Amino acid sequence: MSGTAVETHEDGLRHDARRERWALFGLSSPALILVLVILIIPVGWLFYLSFIGADGQFSLENYQRMVDRKSYRRIFETTFQVSLITTGLCILIGYPLAYFLSQLPNRIAGLCLITVLLPFWTSLLVRTYAWLVLLQKRGLVNTWAMDLGLWDEPIKMVHNLTGTLIGMVHIMLPFLVLPLYGSMRAINRDYLKAASNLGASPTRAFWTVFFPLSGPGLFAGSLIVFVLCLGFYVTPAVLGGGKVIMVSMKIASNIELFVNWGAASAMGVVLLLLTMLILWVASRFLRLEQLAGSGHG
Amino acid sequence: MIHWLNSPASETQITHARRLWLYALSIVIMLLLVAPTLIVIPMSFSDSQYLEFPPETWSLRWYRHYFGSPEWMAATATSLKAAFLTMLVATPIGVLAAYGLHTSSIRYGRLALALLITPMMVPLILVAVGAFYVYVKLKIQYTLLGLVMAHSLLALPLVVLVVGSALKSFDLNQELAARSLGAPRWKAFVTVTLPQIRFAVTTSALLAFLTSFDEVVVAMFVSGGDNATLTRNMFNALRDQIDPTIASISTIMIIVTTVLMVLALTFGKAKDPG
Repeated sequence: MSGTAVETHEDGLRHDARRERWALFGLSSPALILVLVILIIPVGWLFYLSFIGADGQFSLENYQRMVDRKSYRRIFETTFQVSLITTGLCILIGYPLAYFLSQLPNRIAGLCLITVLLPFWTSLLVRTYAWLVLLQKRGLVNTWAMDLGLWDEPIKMVHNLTGTLIGMVHIMLPFLVLPLYGSMRAINRDYLKAASNLGASPTRAFWTVFFPLSGPGLFAGSLIVFVLCLGFYVTPAVLGGGKVIMVSMKIASNIELFVNWGAASAMGVVLLLLTMLILWVASRFLRLEQLAGSGHG
Repeated sequence: MIHWLNSPASETQITHARRLWLYALSIVIMLLLVAPTLIVIPMSFSDSQYLEFPPETWSLRWYRHYFGSPEWMAATATSLKAAFLTMLVATPIGVLAAYGLHTSSIRYGRLALALLITPMMVPLILVAVGAFYVYVKLKIQYTLLGLVMAHSLLALPLVVLVVGSALKSFDLNQELAARSLGAPRWKAFVTVTLPQIRFAVTTSALLAFLTSFDEVVVAMFVSGGDNATLTRNMFNALRDQIDPTIASISTIMIIVTTVLMVLALTFGKAKDPG
């Protein structure tokens, strides 16, 4: 008799605990509903639209078009090319900077990091505009270079691929330097001490010990930069001057100008799948939460 | 100086002298990172159409032009309203979600958290196109409501992550103590937990404000007409030609962002007790 009473009491407690867990979980429902209504359902709808042909029937023509039409193939080629070059330049410029910062005493490194954080916060549009002003024909870069005798005629550095790359590298650099710096800081310096104790020259100790240990951070940071480049819109649109057409720009023009939802959706689906795939790979090397405050665009 | 050059710079006994190239290169890179944005500030005070540097004659011409233009003023008002409302929407629902997911140990918690972070992962153009599509169906395109909802979506992951990490270092037993003394759960949260994570909450609110204020791509699609944002108008002006007014707007934006970020960093550094 008393045994069953204890059991029901425990059942009741378990029941209450379960109810409380769900009630607490319920607190996240406004946020979940927002994500569901403004993001998940619309993207799901775009996914559906991408399989609907011009005649309103199921068809793969939107995907077929991306393979068949040269103009679409070119857009994907340009996007990959721009993203790869930007990522490569970011590695070449960002690695030495991150290494330099990681070798400084904490306090000085913190001060120097401000130079990475300041552009990181500044509006993307403002930074893009700054490059537009600096690189234009009568801009500062041309004027100074001609005053110094580097070149005689103003060089066209904006509204083309060069301008796009300069702007994108400048905007992407912090996304590489910040995670890379973090992972370099975490490297145990005793390994380097051991290497030089065993007779390795500083150069050899760097290449055989430090560089491999910084590999995961470098790889993850590069993937993040690459993925952000793939979806970039603002900077190529302004600095490319219509000569550099990236996937996201084509998606936008397909909707704004041609009202072709099928074509736009299919490109969007491909872009999304690529992004998710690369982010998944990156997440095996780095916690994505570390990249909070991305501000991509 | 010579002594410093020959002294070891790291564990590998490399000397500072052999590292001079690295120091020089890094300083150049750091300058290149900061200079382009900062140079806009003096240029915005130039009197010329071509924005000289250094300006030959200083003037407030472009600032007068900005403050005197009804279109720019309306766009600025929209941006400020949208950013403020985004902060008011994203912060509370983000804090609730972070708290709910932190305290409720159900199986779907991790999945829900992953879902709340997706807005940060999905390419912005898809968020923009998707929201545009829904808004046309709901007939709320080009309204402040639609803009604020889309921007809140973008700000949500930041709030959830910042507040979530603050909760991780907070001892929930304190809340338990308050409740065992008779406080209802909500009261325990408001009087015990919330004051101890207030810095994280403030930081995330500032980040939510900035997310909306700086956002371009989504605003391009879901804002327009009377509710066009400042960034949308700037972007359109940039595509056509280089309007020097934008230099003055940029300067104001740099100052606003820097002030807000310094505030956010100060609150972030001020460690929440717990």
